[in-house]
Amino acid sequence: MNAPVFAQSLNGDIAKTHSLLRFLTCGSVDDGKSTLIGRLLYECGAVFDDQLGALDRDSKKFGTQGDNFDFALLVDGLSAEREQGITIDVAYRYFATPKRSFIVADTPGHEQYTRNMATGASTADVAILLVDARKGVLTQTRRHAFIVSMLRVRHVVLAINKMDMVDFDQKIFGKIVRDFEIAARSLDLASVTAIPVSARDGDNVARRSDRASWYCGPTLLEFLESVDASEAPGADAGFLMPVQWVNRPDLDFRGFAGTLASGSVRPGDSLRVLPRGQRSNVARIVTHDGDLNEAVAGQAVTLTLQDEIDVSRGDVLVSEGANLRHGLTFGAHMFWAVEAPLVAGQRFLVKLGAFQTQAQVQALHHAIDVATYAPAPAQSLPMNAVGLVTLALDRPAVFADYARNRDLGGFILIDRLTNETVAIGLVNDAALAKRATPGEPAIPQWRLAQWWLSLERRIGVAGTQERARSMRRLAGEGAGAALVFGLVAWLSGSVLAGVAAAVLDASVRTGARRASARAQRHLDQRRDYNADGGGI
Amino acid sequence: MMSQLTHLQKLEAESIHILREVVATCEKPVMLYSIGKDSSVLLHLAMKAFYPAKPPFPLLHVDTTWKFREMIAFRDETARMLGIDLIVHINEEGVKAGISPFASGSRVHTDVMKTEGLKQALDKYGFDAAFGGARRDEEKSRAKERVFSLRSSQHRWDPKGQRPEPWRLYNTRKKTGESFRVFPLSNWTEADVWDYIALEEIPVVPLYFAAPRPVVERDGALIMADDERMQLRDGESLQTRMVRFRTLGCYPLTGALESEAANLDEIIHEMRHSRVSERQGRVIDHDGSASMELKKQEGYF
Repeated sequence: MNAPVFAQSLNGDIAKTHSLLRFLTCGSVDDGKSTLIGRLLYECGAVFDDQLGALDRDSKKFGTQGDNFDFALLVDGLSAEREQGITIDVAYRYFATPKRSFIVADTPGHEQYTRNMATGASTADVAILLVDARKGVLTQTRRHAFIVSMLRVRHVVLAINKMDMVDFDQKIFGKIVRDFEIAARSLDLASVTAIPVSARDGDNVARRSDRASWYCGPTLLEFLESVDASEAPGADAGFLMPVQWVNRPDLDFRGFAGTLASGSVRPGDSLRVLPRGQRSNVARIVTHDGDLNEAVAGQAVTLTLQDEIDVSRGDVLVSEGANLRHGLTFGAHMFWAVEAPLVAGQRFLVKLGAFQTQAQVQALHHAIDVATYAPAPAQSLPMNAVGLVTLALDRPAVFADYARNRDLGGFILIDRLTNETVAIGLVNDAALAKRATPGEPAIPQWRLAQWWLSLERRIGVAGTQERARSMRRLAGEGAGAALVFGLVAWLSGSVLAGVAAAVLDASVRTGARRASARAQRHLDQRRDYNADGGGI
Repeated sequence: MMSQLTHLQKLEAESIHILREVVATCEKPVMLYSIGKDSSVLLHLAMKAFYPAKPPFPLLHVDTTWKFREMIAFRDETARMLGIDLIVHINEEGVKAGISPFASGSRVHTDVMKTEGLKQALDKYGFDAAFGGARRDEEKSRAKERVFSLRSSQHRWDPKGQRPEPWRLYNTRKKTGESFRVFPLSNWTEADVWDYIALEEIPVVPLYFAAPRPVVERDGALIMADDERMQLRDGESLQTRMVRFRTLGCYPLTGALESEAANLDEIIHEMRHSRVSERQGRVIDHDGSASMELKKQEGYF
């Protein structure tokens, strides 16, 4: 993992063209995320006079800033949010400066709504992580830093907010920066830039503050306008395109529509169709504006091939030599998004790119502690937790580690009955391989402490049901075996026979339970197959 | 070395991806066509997404019977030129009940003719996914809505129960009776829409361009008398002024703005220097800050 680069001054190249930057604001509750976005929009002239009029009315009705504008009300759009003064769901906001266009995801700070924060982070290039100068780095700050790093938002601005409340004290700023530096050491971030701000008053947001004369780095806006967030293409980033839709208007035309996930493609290029591996060459790149002689990553195009081969939605077109995996199982980090906890053995629909099939969570290897970022054994994964799992698919998929390709590494799990999105997943075979390698230090110093922690957790609310269930099962089996022992021992007059019968009884029961579970799974599968109609 | 896509190229690709995802996963999609500039862009993107095929869905216009006449002419001409099926639905019960913006007020008129009309049409034809041209920058509750917005069989939106929607991965599963509203232009701004219209030379209704038009000043808005149903109140008089429209809806509910901007360059310039938001001219948005959210919960687009 790369150590974060702390940059308090900026050397980035000013973008030469009018480009698009997507960023999110995150951090704990009441750290001032919505206020900061409201302030940015206001300073960049993206708040119109009639909206200011409404803001003035709303500030008087719901506001927390006395007679001043409560900028948070510019972004908290749902009535429940305005009444409660909190952000529940991610809001997207738009503004532009002469240098760049920006899409902002303003995400909720409450732990309960972390899934909405993850949604906002998934498409961001830069994360603004807010910290209240009076409170410092909190568990939620660490949690959001972790999710940001996991989703590979590579650049973080540590915006230390409410500096006006601590008299712009450089020591306080310095301490928070050091605390975060220590916390973020094991995270995979390309850069961390710390900026002292007051979202309420506007210091170092778009205007340089004269109250923090000791700070000589960029303002937040200067940073956002100049950061180079383009992802360096990996050495093996060949052409990849998941087939999203087969375009077949008549017998003479058969095109494969999709968005390029990486690389580029030209007519004549040879390619393979995964997972089956058929080979062909690109005939045309068809668009409404005429054929192209090249298409690049991010473009949505339609390709025709030189050969009549069978290609359907969910297949992936790749350049020769592309290093992609396909198969029935992969390891993945999973963010669990719903109340009912994840338990190994459960079955879901998985959607990865344009591919969809059923899958079983074969194993839950560990959960990741959001405060220490260390793996901890887990029986189940509660809402808002992250764990490492092995997923077993019903049909072979084409995939890559998320770190290499977002489109072929990011997936969602869908509940087959409620259709809810229950998890956001990131393929990570590397993490699984690392875990399985013998001789690799498995963080032994953590093991015991974590075992206790997990025990403690199971005694807590999240694990209560599970614990009660296993206790009941054990007690039931124990009692049954004891009864058999007593009966046989009394009837035969032999203690040995009693023990043997009890052991036999217990193993037959376990075997029977396993067999019945297996049968149930088969039934489930068949039912799913019928209900699902073989796909979407 | 490949070139980076520009801002507009990225938006275009994202929208095409969304359009295709719906067609690949839903049974009976439809495109809500409201004749405005956003609809023009959405339709243009659909022509691109499925080329050389035609968009594999019809257009649906929920006609409140109070649209500008120029809008109706533009609608019919567009469908004819592109060779796409156009369904026009009018809430006949509302017409029979004599609902109108003048007699019933903006709220009742919009509820009955637009929201109810839309639900009737979707139910009548059994559409399970409806594209709309709404953008998140238009209004605060839209800023919170997903690209794939799930609606119950009663067409209601549950703002607190929205599914996570990471990357460009859309959960397109729904139960029988449920449907999606899908917003391919979610991440576009008003400026992006006009820049794209200029770049791609997309036709729009001439009402967006300034011309001398008969208007009356009412409740702080300039209302155009588009036909003989416009009744003048005491003390009101029709004046011919140089005006244009920034958004288009029912003519009695859409305020014009005084302008000399008669071509694309001029309106883009004017928009960039405007100090009021796009929806300021819409009467229905001002019933209260949360009124759009309520309308959406009730099934408004």
